[in-house]
Amino acid sequence: MKYVIVFLVLYLHWILWSGKFDVFHLSLGVISCALVTFMSHNLYIQSEKLSPRIIKESFRFIKYVPWLLYQIILSNIHVASLVLSPGMPIDPKIIRYKTKLKSELSLVTFANSITLTPGTITADIVDGEYYVHALSKKVADDLMAGEMEDKVAQIFEED
Amino acid sequence: MENYFLYIAIFMCVLVLLALYRGAAGPTVLDRIIAISAIGTKTTVILALMGFIYRRSDMFLDISLAYAILNFIATIAAAKFFRSRKSINPGERCSIDEGGK
Amino acid sequence: MIVITIAVALIVAGTFFFVTATLGLLRFPDFYTRMHAAGKGDTLGALLSLAGLALYNLNNGFSVEAILISMKILIIALFIFIANPTATHAITKAGLVCSVKPWEKKESSK
Repeated sequence: MKYVIVFLVLYLHWILWSGKFDVFHLSLGVISCALVTFMSHNLYIQSEKLSPRIIKESFRFIKYVPWLLYQIILSNIHVASLVLSPGMPIDPKIIRYKTKLKSELSLVTFANSITLTPGTITADIVDGEYYVHALSKKVADDLMAGEMEDKVAQIFEED
Repeated sequence: MENYFLYIAIFMCVLVLLALYRGAAGPTVLDRIIAISAIGTKTTVILALMGFIYRRSDMFLDISLAYAILNFIATIAAAKFFRSRKSINPGERCSIDEGGK
Repeated sequence: MIVITIAVALIVAGTFFFVTATLGLLRFPDFYTRMHAAGKGDTLGALLSLAGLALYNLNNGFSVEAILISMKILIIALFIFIANPTATHAITKAGLVCSVKPWEKKESSK
């Protein structure tokens, strides 16, 4: 099962990036994709068995992306206004944020989301505690409110 | 329309030069890494634009993807290298920190 | 025609965010804050510019090649969207491990 999924994903990429549909290129693709799948299938999918949970999770993740894009645009306008203002009203500091997320995938998703949203950057994770560099007090308080963490927790069914 | 893309690409090249100033003058090593990473992202977009200028998008987009991947790997490798340096030589300053201030 | 207008607007917006990212890179006081400018501005700028290019490419009709090229552009955008925050995180962690002190407001009023 794992082999089939990895092979299909690799082969789709082969077709996309070669862009040719004659027999020679397609058969070359089959051979090289099979070789790569045989050698490195357990690099791509780490978990032992696949459950139907993954499909539900990916659907909810797709619903999460538009909200994230909106936050990213807000964040960029925030940074742009800071850059363009002459007095540079920033007050950076490092804060700690205790999280309740458990699985690796949700931790990574949340860390990347923090980095992309207004004025905050993840620096480190130690024992479920994020070290976050915040540009000002206001954005730190926004993060502490924990709206985004709830959304990520909702995606990966953790509560 | 190709002219418009050409102007955008030239403008991006000016931005790359500005970022290169930070790469050359930045007080710490990490500043230089950030500047190089930012230049790499801009170069990816410039390559995609060049594909439209020369009407050979299929070729230039492959180069563009390769550049994006190489940029990512280079940034990660450099960050990892400068992270491990301190544990090897505890007495030595790890990046040239705060020297300029 | 309206497709071209939207594509041009996207590319111009992307260029604007590239400009603010570069200016932030030049103006901010220490490397953590420069990271805010570079990590965010470049990600959104690249996303918007590449989306504009993909839209412009679809303008001349939906042949197989045009759709393939647009898919390629979107995959590059997706890769940048995942890879750029990760690289930002790696550099910030390197700075934290090296114990570079973050710039604070009090020091500036010297």
